[in-house]
Amino acid sequence: MFDRRDLLKGAGLAALAATLNSTKALALDTVTLPFANGERPLVKYPQKRPMIGLTSRPPQLETPFAIFNDGPITPNNAFFVRYHLADLPYNLDPDKFTLEVKGKVDKPLKLSLKDIRKMKATEIVAVNQCSGNSRGLFEPRVAGGQLANGAMGCARWRGVPLKAVLEMAGVQAGARQVTFGGMDGPVSDKTPDFVKALDLDHASDGEVMLAYGMNGEDLPFLNGFPLRLVVPGYYGTYWLKHLNEITVIDNVYDGFWMKSAYRIPDTPNNAVEPGTAPKATIPINRFTIRSFITNVPDGAKLKAGRTTLRGIAFDGGKGIKQVEISTDGGKTWAGAKLGKDLGKYAFREWMLPVKLAAGQVELKVRATGNGGETQPETPRWNPAGYLRNVVETVRVSVA
Amino acid sequence: MQRTVLLAASLAFAASMGSALAAPVNYKTPDEVAAFKPGPNLEVVQGNCTACHSSDYIATQPPMKDKKGFWQAEVTKMIKVYGAPIDDADVGKIVDYLATTY
Repeated sequence: MFDRRDLLKGAGLAALAATLNSTKALALDTVTLPFANGERPLVKYPQKRPMIGLTSRPPQLETPFAIFNDGPITPNNAFFVRYHLADLPYNLDPDKFTLEVKGKVDKPLKLSLKDIRKMKATEIVAVNQCSGNSRGLFEPRVAGGQLANGAMGCARWRGVPLKAVLEMAGVQAGARQVTFGGMDGPVSDKTPDFVKALDLDHASDGEVMLAYGMNGEDLPFLNGFPLRLVVPGYYGTYWLKHLNEITVIDNVYDGFWMKSAYRIPDTPNNAVEPGTAPKATIPINRFTIRSFITNVPDGAKLKAGRTTLRGIAFDGGKGIKQVEISTDGGKTWAGAKLGKDLGKYAFREWMLPVKLAAGQVELKVRATGNGGETQPETPRWNPAGYLRNVVETVRVSVA
Repeated sequence: MQRTVLLAASLAFAASMGSALAAPVNYKTPDEVAAFKPGPNLEVVQGNCTACHSSDYIATQPPMKDKKGFWQAEVTKMIKVYGAPIDDADVGKIVDYLATTY
């Protein structure tokens, strides 16, 4: 672990004065995200610290970016919230909660929370990221939840492997996929309920987890209490909240939220020419690789000379091999020192002492994964605003 | 009487401490403060859109060049994809309101 006090000193008072945040605080109760129509209220929900309010019904909350500078684990009370449908189980009773396992299984199950907590527990540190994280930064802009970079977080999840529950139920021959449903649902019965599917091989890989614990506590209500699916390396759309229904099926699930929504272009890099529609699409799946500077916000004023940059990187599960920094707008790059490895699905901290010359400086950060993939210099585009992972640039004035 | 009150108070305390006693979550979200901007046919918009979502869904959408085309596509999506029961006669009014107001 790095010593935060030294790093803060290194970053200088100017950066501190700029609130360590890429969002500009207008008042105590408002932030402005860095795109047109980016004004948002800071809102306070039970179990949460003040968060960037995107929508109130259903609740959608973005994490203020400064929190990512506090360490590789995102606190429960700062973790982002995303719902699709507004009928939330606000009054659910954990003692009456039942997880049903059914479909192509030998022995259908009805498990209470107690039953699940009695099983052998496992833990994994993993990033959850909304498919639409950073959508507001797309150019041309696209419809949907207009988020900056705060719809992501990394937590230590505790629960039981989905594999163990599937084995208890006994998956039958010919099974192909497993579908997941939660207690939240649509207001109108004409709206498709939120159901997602994973291939059976993926669902039984031993890593996909039914989690009841998050960073040593119960899941916060808005993060899926009392049980949610954890799909390491995959976008949050698969991480079903308030999970109470698991169904093994012998076909490929064709409900709306798999067949029509959350699709990415079936092209190299899953991108299309900006402003155009893809000819064919596939379901969104693993995270693209990303990295961020967390201790210097865009627009900061820094003193010339030595300072230390720090931040985070993550990918879809290969793990981070290298993080490089440029302090000259991308002409030259230097390797950063990586922080403690919390696992291949976790935020990986990085730090690098740099020397800044006076003037307008573009700081850039670029990660490379163990599989060799890296971040593009120009943004890739798709009509739903998914997968953003362009090399991030922080513009600072150095004097 | 006094004893009953004390007993009730201690039960409430135990319940607030979590798993010792069964208790539904009873999660309370803050009051919804977002409201639609004034504009033509506001009442049609309120009557059709607010059953399923708050108005900030609309207010936070990006400023598009072709406002009418953008909002027409969104309203069509709400009807065709999400099953919003909007009368044909109201579709044009809603699109006009959205395109002129947001």
